[in-house]
Amino acid sequence: MKVNVFVTLKSGVLDPQGQAVQHALGALGFDGVNGVRQGKLIELDLDETNAEAARKSAEDMCDRLLANTVIEQYSVEVLS
Amino acid sequence: MKSAVIVFPGSNCDRDLAVAFSSAFGRQPEMVWHKDVALPRGLDLIGIPGGFSFGDYLRCGAIAARSPICRAVVDFANRGGHVLGICNGFQILTETGLLPGTLMRNSALKFICKDVELRAETTASPFTNAFDIKQIIRIPVAHHDGNFAADDATIKHLNAQDRVAFTYTDNPNGSAADIAGILSENRRVLGMMPHPERLNDAALGGVDGVGLFKSLAQSVITA
Repeated sequence: MKVNVFVTLKSGVLDPQGQAVQHALGALGFDGVNGVRQGKLIELDLDETNAEAARKSAEDMCDRLLANTVIEQYSVEVLS
Repeated sequence: MKSAVIVFPGSNCDRDLAVAFSSAFGRQPEMVWHKDVALPRGLDLIGIPGGFSFGDYLRCGAIAARSPICRAVVDFANRGGHVLGICNGFQILTETGLLPGTLMRNSALKFICKDVELRAETTASPFTNAFDIKQIIRIPVAHHDGNFAADDATIKHLNAQDRVAFTYTDNPNGSAADIAGILSENRRVLGMMPHPERLNDAALGGVDGVGLFKSLAQSVITA
């Protein structure tokens, strides 16, 4: 089962990398970019065939390793 | 004093820390590989060195903090053992949960490698009792992710419990409340981004880091 995990900074946590990207987009002439926040996409390929179990397992992985919940939040998308 | 230095793939300050430990304590530390599951018997102090453990993959220190030896380090700390984490070692200690907060990318996004001034904010710890209160020392930093972040309640709590060991006099990386190093609640775990082991001998260009190892030599032996 394929699962996508998105790890992003919690709202309120300053993202200097996102700000630098936003600035660079402005320099390229992309107007009207009001905000950029950078995160990670982690693609998992799991043996698990039950979607709900796969989701639970991915959430457990996030809590224990994939995300640092001091500053990051995550969302899990089960694909197939 | 019986000490150990943990070595991960990508550690690069392990031997510097071992030299600092052996010159301060008159005894070589044991070098412990990250795949070991048990620590040497009778340890008083564990050092977690700087470097780029596991290539800083995922997050700095995240993978090292889940390695077999780190379970033993957490147990050792929870039993009251002394643990010193420097630079990547500080990042690893926050990832294990032994210290609060986390270390984010430097606010200017640049790797910083230079000497900075630190202020010793407390002398009430086994790592800082040889300093004078508010003493200014010069210590090198060398990091890309040294920007200490924690929520306001945590910072308040650290200050209320006198657990900020060192602050920067001129904040180089955006750290909250200028924090360069913090102590655990029992004051026996210290994490700091600057490298005291790099100014630990006149031959290295300065001795401002000696106080930290001298503090440990005095307090842990008599503990």
